[in-house]
Amino acid sequence: MDFDLNDEQRMLKDSVEKLLGARYDFDTRRRISDSPEGFDREIWSAFAEMGLLALPFSEDDGGMGGGPVETMIVMEAFGRALVVEPFLASVILAGGILRRAGSSGQRAEHIAAIAGGEKLYAFAHHERQARYDLHDVATMARADGEHYVISGEKGLVLSGDSADRLIVSARTSGNQRDEAGISLFLVDAKAEGVSRRGYATQDGARGAEVTFDNVRIPASALIGTRDEAFPVIARVIEEAIAALCAESVGVMADMHEATIDYMKVRNQFGTHIGSFQVLQHAAADMFIALEQARSMAMFASMMVQEEDARERARAIAAAKVQIGNSCRFVGQNAVQLHGGVAVTMEYKVAHSFKRATMIEKLFGDTDHYTTRLADLGGVIGE
Amino acid sequence: MDLRFTPEEIAFRDEVRAFFRENLPESIRTKLTLGKHFSRDDMVTWMRILNAKGWAAPHWPVEYGGTDWDPVQQYIFREELLAAPAPEPLSFGVSMVGPVIYTFGNQKQKDYFLPRIRNMDDWWCQGFSEPGAGSDLASLKTRAVREGDHYIVNGQKTWTTLGQHADWIFCLVRTNPDAPKKQMGISFLLIDMKSPGVTLRPIQTLDGGFEVNEIFFDDVKVPAENLVGEENKGWDYAKFLLGNERTGIARIGISKERVRRIRRLASAEKAGERPLIENPRFREKLAALEVELKALEMTQLRVVAEARNRPSDKPDPASSILKIKGSQIQQATTELLLDVVGPYALPFTPEEEGRNEPPIGPEWAQMIAPNYFNTRKVSIYGGSNEIQKNIIAKAILGL
Repeated sequence: MDFDLNDEQRMLKDSVEKLLGARYDFDTRRRISDSPEGFDREIWSAFAEMGLLALPFSEDDGGMGGGPVETMIVMEAFGRALVVEPFLASVILAGGILRRAGSSGQRAEHIAAIAGGEKLYAFAHHERQARYDLHDVATMARADGEHYVISGEKGLVLSGDSADRLIVSARTSGNQRDEAGISLFLVDAKAEGVSRRGYATQDGARGAEVTFDNVRIPASALIGTRDEAFPVIARVIEEAIAALCAESVGVMADMHEATIDYMKVRNQFGTHIGSFQVLQHAAADMFIALEQARSMAMFASMMVQEEDARERARAIAAAKVQIGNSCRFVGQNAVQLHGGVAVTMEYKVAHSFKRATMIEKLFGDTDHYTTRLADLGGVIGE
Repeated sequence: MDLRFTPEEIAFRDEVRAFFRENLPESIRTKLTLGKHFSRDDMVTWMRILNAKGWAAPHWPVEYGGTDWDPVQQYIFREELLAAPAPEPLSFGVSMVGPVIYTFGNQKQKDYFLPRIRNMDDWWCQGFSEPGAGSDLASLKTRAVREGDHYIVNGQKTWTTLGQHADWIFCLVRTNPDAPKKQMGISFLLIDMKSPGVTLRPIQTLDGGFEVNEIFFDDVKVPAENLVGEENKGWDYAKFLLGNERTGIARIGISKERVRRIRRLASAEKAGERPLIENPRFREKLAALEVELKALEMTQLRVVAEARNRPSDKPDPASSILKIKGSQIQQATTELLLDVVGPYALPFTPEEEGRNEPPIGPEWAQMIAPNYFNTRKVSIYGGSNEIQKNIIAKAILGL
């Protein structure tokens, strides 16, 4: 057992933090978030040059061969800086699908495009009625000779408005809520019949509603085995949750530090408010919630590579519950301890709080995963 | 970074687990599983089994009869012990006064007391708290006045756990009432419980048990050679002792064992047509508790791993997290057990040796309410959770 980073991991951490420190301060982040595209292509290129976009891919696929710990390091730094660039969408989600299920030809073409930062990818999976059920897919893909024809609507496509290519889940057999019968397809975002409605998210990033109206794609656009995409989707969402857990730790750590710093300089009643015990205890409780979340983010990173699907599912569910609880607690208290300044758009804690709140809602919230963990028989084991 | 146990660590865990399985007397294991109190003889028996194996005080330096295990192995040993479930080696000896003696005591004290602690030849108890000195421990008033080769001790200690079994008590006493700060006039004194002038009054705790006592000192003559370290430096030794106490205080192994028990009992206990474990509200409370416990286990492992890089006399202030969350989770497990037992929480069955009347209601139910009541203490002792938050605020957050 070893909690220390190795030399390469430390270097990765230092270089990401240095880059963000130099080029991603809060004012820059606000400007980027408010820009028409909602992210900065120059920063994206800088991520690519540093190798971040190639991080989780195997060396055979032209990647850096990084594992969950490397992803954790990057995501935590992104959380601190509230990075809005489409790393989760393009590298973790779409890249994760391609990495796990793509043919050698698909990997050669598309992983190279993701890792080099030349093209942006997004994962068009979630539908309005599905809530948090990954198997609830109504979008249809009908075989038509050497083609498939896709029709349906996807609601929450993260970073979907600027994506060049979409990975779309669609039903090729079975009923709407069957795990079997789901397939994955690569679709050009500008293909005929694809229409997109981009929107801002609460936390300063971007999403899109994407409608597929008889979109005709060649059979070669199928990723992985027809009808058997569900385990791939579930696995990649688990990886995305582990990444989000790490991001949330960065978000919370930054909020907590800002709160402590503020408590040391904000004077009321003739002294700094950090001298008041009731506020000290709130800050201590935030610290505990943060450290418990950090522990579970590490646990998630460790367990996301576990081969036993049930053990892995228990661990990811448990981590998401802890992260959700901690995000709420740390976020709400960071705002409370700051007082008025934190309920304005001018102050970073407000933005961190919003991101922390939305992280809880992504890919299954605290209630969802508490129920799921209960169904799985808990996380303590025999 | 690799958070899994290495094959060597797993082999060590299996060795420890097998030893407990083969050597822990079944009668003791059963008492612990049912939440019953074990007797003085049970503790002595178990400590001697451990001592014969060289495991009575594994965290001590090898030269004093400890082991060369690293912090991870220490952690594994302790958690396996709690999960067995086996009695924890009496903390007042091996975890509290022992390390103070080998760190600050003189050679004669080390030679005499340390082997006796390991073999449970002496039962130790703790004389820190007083009626007027709880969280504000440094305001203690028990007075020790030097007269020739002796100190004359007068005063009162309280909350003395298992003092009724004790041969010795380690005490914080005031040796200089005129020191500029109240922390600066305190000394650390070892007192033989058989000394004339020591009297003990049991205090019945809310669960009906007899665990704590008041101890009165009335002109007790204590040889000056029983002073540990320097006179008026006792507060430093006490802080050292309390820091050590906190690292072990999360008691994750106990909580894990209780969670498993909750799951077993709730699977057997019917609530309406179905087992209680199928009640959505109950199962989700249990799942939520398991998440907190798992997170704390990982936090504990982080503190343990960090301990490899930390001088052993500098406890990690993060151990305050372990105290706070560990005590909350222990309390939550006893609360869930109370939910499992339901109406049969009500009958009170006195715990008496040799009692052979059948209990009212199921046997497993008897101690659940008493354990729940008794476990309220864990967020109070060892520096209350509020004090722990003060420590976090000051030592970690710099407020």
